[in-house]
Amino acid sequence: MLSAQGFGGPGKMKEYHYAGAVENRFSPYAFNGGTVLAVAGEDFAIVASDTRLSEGYSIHSRDSPKCYKLTDTTVIGCSGFHGDCLTLTKIIDARLKMYKHSNNKTMTSGAIAAMLSTILYSRRFFPYYVYNIIGGLDEEGKGAVYSFDPVGSYQRDTYKAGGSASAMLQPLLDNQIGFKNMEGVQHLPLTQEKAVQLVKDVFISAAERDVYTGDALRVCVITKDGINEQTIPLRKD
Amino acid sequence: MALSTVLETPGAGFNFENATRNAALEALFEGGQTPKPLKTGTTIAGVVFKDGVVLGADTRATSSEVVADKMCEKIHFISPNMYCCGAGTAADTEKTTELLSSNLSIFSLNSGRNPRVVMAVNILQDMLYRYHGQIGANLLLGGVDCTGNHLYTVGPYGDVDKVPYLAMGSGDLAALGILEDGFKHNLELEEAKELVRSSIHAGIMSDLGSGNNIDVCVITKQGVDYIRPYQESEYKDDRKMNYKYRPGTTKVLTEKVVPLKLEVVQETVQKMETA
Repeated sequence: MLSAQGFGGPGKMKEYHYAGAVENRFSPYAFNGGTVLAVAGEDFAIVASDTRLSEGYSIHSRDSPKCYKLTDTTVIGCSGFHGDCLTLTKIIDARLKMYKHSNNKTMTSGAIAAMLSTILYSRRFFPYYVYNIIGGLDEEGKGAVYSFDPVGSYQRDTYKAGGSASAMLQPLLDNQIGFKNMEGVQHLPLTQEKAVQLVKDVFISAAERDVYTGDALRVCVITKDGINEQTIPLRKD
Repeated sequence: MALSTVLETPGAGFNFENATRNAALEALFEGGQTPKPLKTGTTIAGVVFKDGVVLGADTRATSSEVVADKMCEKIHFISPNMYCCGAGTAADTEKTTELLSSNLSIFSLNSGRNPRVVMAVNILQDMLYRYHGQIGANLLLGGVDCTGNHLYTVGPYGDVDKVPYLAMGSGDLAALGILEDGFKHNLELEEAKELVRSSIHAGIMSDLGSGNNIDVCVITKQGVDYIRPYQESEYKDDRKMNYKYRPGTTKVLTEKVVPLKLEVVQETVQKMETA
C-alpha cells in the first residue's frame, strides 16, 4: 500500500513547499552485486565468479559473468559497479595491446597487476568502484593471485574472495586452503580437482545466504595448456 | 461489560520519546526525500475463491543483503477462522498479529462467538493508526465467517482496503502481475492454490528479497489447511565434499574440570508404556 503522505488528492501528487536551496544529489555509482574468487595452485590458477547482475532488489541479468580473459595466462575478475568494470577492462585491453606492440611480448601476470595498480590510483579522487582480483600463472609457471582495492593497493595472495559475499567466503577459504584454526590436520597440497570442487561448494554456500550471489557460476581454470571455462547452475531465487 | 476489556485503549504502551526527534529530523529533509519506510524482502499474496480464502507467502527473511532465516513463517494465526500474512518489519508483524490473536480469543471466550473478519480489521486499523506508521506492518488478513469469505489489507499508517486479491512486500509487483492475469471471481480450490503458488513463485524469482519455499494457507468454512511448505525450493544445496571436523581439530588452550558433588536423595521408578 502506498503511503498517504505523498498524495494530495485522488491521482495528484502533493505540492512540496520549501524555503531555501534544495540539492538533489545524483550518485555517480551504483552497486551491481556479484562475487569473485581466485585460488592459486602449484601449476594452475582458478578465477571464478557468479553471473548475476542486480540493482537494488531487482535482477538485471542472470548471465553476466565477471571474469574477463586478458591473456592466455591471465584472467581478471571484477565486481562492484558494472559501468566501471566494463570501462576498466576496456582500458586494460588497450594497454595490453600497446605493450605488445611496443615490447613485442605479452604482459606477464605480475606486470598486469602492477599496471592495474597505477591505473586505479590515477583515479584516486574519483575512483573506479571495482573490486579486482587477477588470477594467472607467473613467469615460472606457478599459480599467482593478485587482489586489489578500489584505489590500487594490491598484494600477491594464495587465495582471495572479493565482492558482495567476500566476507562469507574468505573465512571458509582461510580454513580449507590455509588450514587456519585447525590442529592435527595434514597440510596436503591443493590439487586442481579439489580446488575446483571447493570453489563450486563455497559458491553454493554463498548463494544460500547472500541475495546478490546466484544464478550461475563461471569457473576459469588457467594452466599452461590454456584457459578452460565451466559454467554450473546456482540458486535462481 | 466484557467487550470493553477488549476494546479499551491500553494505557502506558510504547515509549514515544523518539517521535519528536523523528519529527525534527523530518523537518531537516523538508522538500527533499524523507527516509522511506523499510520494506524488508517478502512476497505475500491472497485470493478470495468460491469456498473461502487462499493465502500464500515465501519463507525468506533478510537482514539487508544477508538471508537471516531460510524457513521463516509469514502466515500468522489470528483465530481458527482467520490467518494474516505480514510484510515489513518482522518484529512488528509478529507482535501485532500476536496481540490481535490474544484479544480476539478473549473476545471469543467472553461472548461465545467466533470473531468476524471486520472486527479483526477494525482492531488492527485502530492500533496501527494510533501509532502513526511507527509500526512497520503491512498485513494481508484473510478469513471466513458467518457473513462470507473476506480478504482485507491493512497498511502501516492504518489504511484499510477490502480486496478480492492482492500481493504485498518487495516482490508485490511481480506477484501482482500473475494475479492480475489469472484472477477470476469464484475460482475453484485447486485453481486458486495454483494461482497463489505461481504468483509467489514470480515474486521469488524476480525479487532478491524473496526466496526459498512457498507456504500456502487455505481457509474455508470447514476449516483451515496450512500447508507448510506447499512447494519446496527446487534448489537443493548439493555440496560434493565433506566439511566435517574430527574431534580435536580445535586447539584446546586451557582445561579446567570442576566436579559437581551430587548426593542421591530420593529415587523413584516409573514404568513407561512401551507396548
